[in-house]
Amino acid sequence: MLNNIYNIFFIPEIFLACSSFVCLLFGLFLKKNAFRQTSNLAVFVLLLTILLVYYDSESNFANYKSLFSHSSFINFFKILALLGSIASIIISKDYFLGIKLRNFEIPILFLFSTLGMMLMIASNNLMSMYLAIELQSLSLYVAAAIKRDSISSAESGVKYFILGALSSGILLYGFSLIYGFTGSMNFDDISFYLSKYDNLNLGLVFGLVFVMVGLAFKVSAVPFHMWTPDVYEGAPNSITGFFAIVPKIAAVALIYRFCLVPFQNFYLEWSQIILFLSIASMFLGAIAAIAQSNIKRLLAYSSIGHIGYILIALVAANDDGIKAASIYMFSYMIMNVAIFAILLSLKVKNEYLINISDLKGLSKSNPIVSLSISIIMLSMAGIPPFIGFFGKFYVFIAAIEQELYVLSVLGVLASVISAFYYLRIIKIMYFDETKSEGIINFQISFQSKIILSLSLFLIICFIFYPSLLINISASLTI
Amino acid sequence: MIDWPLVSVIIFLPLIGALIILFIKEDELTSINIKLAALLATLGTFILSLILWLQFDYSNPSYQYEEKFRWFDDFNFFYHVGVDGISLFMILLSTFLTPLCILASWNNIKKRIKEYMLSFLFLETVMIGMFASIDILLFYIFFEAVLIPMYLIIGIWGGNRRIYASFKFFLYTLLGSVLMLIAIIVMYRNTSSMSIEFLQGNYFSYNTQLFLWLAFFASFAVKIPMWPFHTWLPDAHVEAPTAGSVILAGVLLKMGGYGFIRFSLGMLPEATEFFIPLIMTLSIVAIVYTSLVALAQTDIKKLIAYSSVAHMGIVTIGIFLVNQQGLEGAMMQMISHGLVSAALFLCVGVIYDRMHTREIEFYGGLVQRMPLYATVFMIFMLGSVGLPGTSGFIGEFLVIVGAFKFSSYVVIGAAFGIILSAVYMLYLYKRIIFGTITNNKLADILDINTREKIILIPLAISVILLGIFPNLFLDPMRLSLELIITNYEIANAK
Repeated sequence: MLNNIYNIFFIPEIFLACSSFVCLLFGLFLKKNAFRQTSNLAVFVLLLTILLVYYDSESNFANYKSLFSHSSFINFFKILALLGSIASIIISKDYFLGIKLRNFEIPILFLFSTLGMMLMIASNNLMSMYLAIELQSLSLYVAAAIKRDSISSAESGVKYFILGALSSGILLYGFSLIYGFTGSMNFDDISFYLSKYDNLNLGLVFGLVFVMVGLAFKVSAVPFHMWTPDVYEGAPNSITGFFAIVPKIAAVALIYRFCLVPFQNFYLEWSQIILFLSIASMFLGAIAAIAQSNIKRLLAYSSIGHIGYILIALVAANDDGIKAASIYMFSYMIMNVAIFAILLSLKVKNEYLINISDLKGLSKSNPIVSLSISIIMLSMAGIPPFIGFFGKFYVFIAAIEQELYVLSVLGVLASVISAFYYLRIIKIMYFDETKSEGIINFQISFQSKIILSLSLFLIICFIFYPSLLINISASLTI
Repeated sequence: MIDWPLVSVIIFLPLIGALIILFIKEDELTSINIKLAALLATLGTFILSLILWLQFDYSNPSYQYEEKFRWFDDFNFFYHVGVDGISLFMILLSTFLTPLCILASWNNIKKRIKEYMLSFLFLETVMIGMFASIDILLFYIFFEAVLIPMYLIIGIWGGNRRIYASFKFFLYTLLGSVLMLIAIIVMYRNTSSMSIEFLQGNYFSYNTQLFLWLAFFASFAVKIPMWPFHTWLPDAHVEAPTAGSVILAGVLLKMGGYGFIRFSLGMLPEATEFFIPLIMTLSIVAIVYTSLVALAQTDIKKLIAYSSVAHMGIVTIGIFLVNQQGLEGAMMQMISHGLVSAALFLCVGVIYDRMHTREIEFYGGLVQRMPLYATVFMIFMLGSVGLPGTSGFIGEFLVIVGAFKFSSYVVIGAAFGIILSAVYMLYLYKRIIFGTITNNKLADILDINTREKIILIPLAISVILLGIFPNLFLDPMRLSLELIITNYEIANAK
């Protein structure tokens, strides 16, 4: 209850916002080691926020009921985003120090972006949704261009900004149409208004399509994926890691909530769009990744493919679908944390690793690292007994529950195609003979090592005790 | 009965061995420890699996040594393992061949010994686990996990075109098995059960059965392999290291036959009835076509690989005759082929280790220098041809007897294939073993040494044992097969 004004600071979002400002001031007044100290503080703040989210009760949001919502699904995704954020700050710390990019603003940008994501996930109103998306995106535009003296970083920032602004415009236009035709911005009101009708009128269909396009851009579903490989490639590796791990979580949660809350009765209208996005993403992600030589571009296409599978679960639109999405998203986050923790610590001839072919000979010089990469790749390809298999498995359960047989078969076919490029990485590490050895250097800080071991442990050992995650995700309501 | 989890111990003992090996440091001196640890783990597994056979209750057609634990809270997925007459010998085959593989790789694997042994031990665990699972999803997990170690074995320690072969193997089999995953989920959705035992008594509607059957067919037809899905096999066999070929031919191909018996016959009887003509046609084409292809090969391993496809054609005919003789014949043929083709690959490995070529033309007159080798090779060659007194005869004979009840055209096709198999095997034997030594490089080739004797003689003994006392093997499996046939006939009589 908000009977005490101080209790307002225990609302996770407000706590995070205030702490971010504190972090900013903290960084500003530090003379030495500003970056390192601010990062540590940011991790601490995020950990506290997780606790607050975990113990957050519905009544805390009483005053914001119309703007934000509260449910187990929202909390699960918030915690997922926060965990991803913590992991990516920890694993990227040494990388930033390594490339002499020591702006203490970086963790602050991550904090603000995470705040935006939490609001995005919770938003229950078109306006708050838009503002949250913008808060999240603006921080990320800056983060992508943070390496000011690098052309590629600036280019990726500008590309991201222009395309992001375009999609925001489309999104906003869609919102205005929906508002115009329903007379409300609130998800529940829109849903209530629409429940009186059997069909959407043309204006609302247009509005829905525009919003879908904007959201598809945010989750980088095909055909609105073009920015992803370029931004991934241009941004510094650690920023790419953040891009790959966290914003997808929030965007996926948002697209789920948008389809399943205000438009829950108009399954036919939006499911066609999602169906197309899903199939196109799976196949394009799988086929385009084959030709990549840059590991960041490859991971970009791989994440596009993963989004395709998550959208299958959305097309299923049942309880199993929500469960599948949360399990898949969890496995996606874990696998990406693990792979980026490794990529951010691998150096080839004193340069951070970028080309896939540089992995050659890794199995000789660093057998444990190459074994870990292989496990992550097999897990991403969905080969049992690793966690990635169970993500896909639950997605297909949801799809078949809804009798989406053709979509399921297309999904597994795309997974076979995508297995090819994951296997190619294993092939490069293990099968290709090397002449020169010892050029690959693996240096990892103690904290990243913990994150890496933990995520590898989850990837491998999920099969032994799956019930914990599955029970949580089965209880989620949207 | 045994009151400790024997089956789980057998499944996971190799994995424990692998974990121990993980902590042995690999260098020149300690690589022998790695090999010894791997050998001990696999031998221990073999001895334990013999207990499985000795304690087996012949009068019980259903699963024995069952272990069942709830695994996933949200749906009926259990860790459920057990052994019946059908899986018993598949498990024994796996546990018997793996120590031999470790021995066969003793000297000729020179790089990454640790990873090699790890792969083999992991492979053994998943192979046994697959044959022992009574839960379909568990089966699927093991079925697909087999790809990981096999991909590495072919890709790292294989021949010149190993990368092509390993990718082809992985993607072909994955394509088949993902369709099976969809079928498994559809089955679960219709019945809310994943138990193989339960699903065997549960009949799906006719149309569902047809689709499910096709999905399972995609996976097992690639695995066994049937013509025209067999093209991965010659590549994989030829490029794999000797031990890899042994496991591929000896055990992995049997996964397809095992799957056909358990899933197609057991769970989808009406669809099976519908598709029998298709299977028979493909099998006969496979037998005749691949036998002719085998005749034209210049590489010994490739010849044996094609002969495997032909022999597996006899297995699929036997399975889909769905009568007692046919199924018993198919099982015997699978066991026999597991031993004989494994042994033939090991024999090729023996001369390959010495001369580093598998070209048939390179050899000739080996009997002059390697009399013992010529003898064991002859036993296996005759086993492959199906001479009475060897294991191959029992399987082929039973299948042909069963086929007479079905159609005489099938008999003609199968018999023609058996004649062709005699042609290409005897021709191969003549070219390699007989005659005088014409190639100077063979002048001082040595006969098989003690290690190779330890590998080949048990195989030779079991080939002959199987041929003389087939009941030793047929008795335990008889009731389980009868159960499947009875279920099948009841379903189709409706």
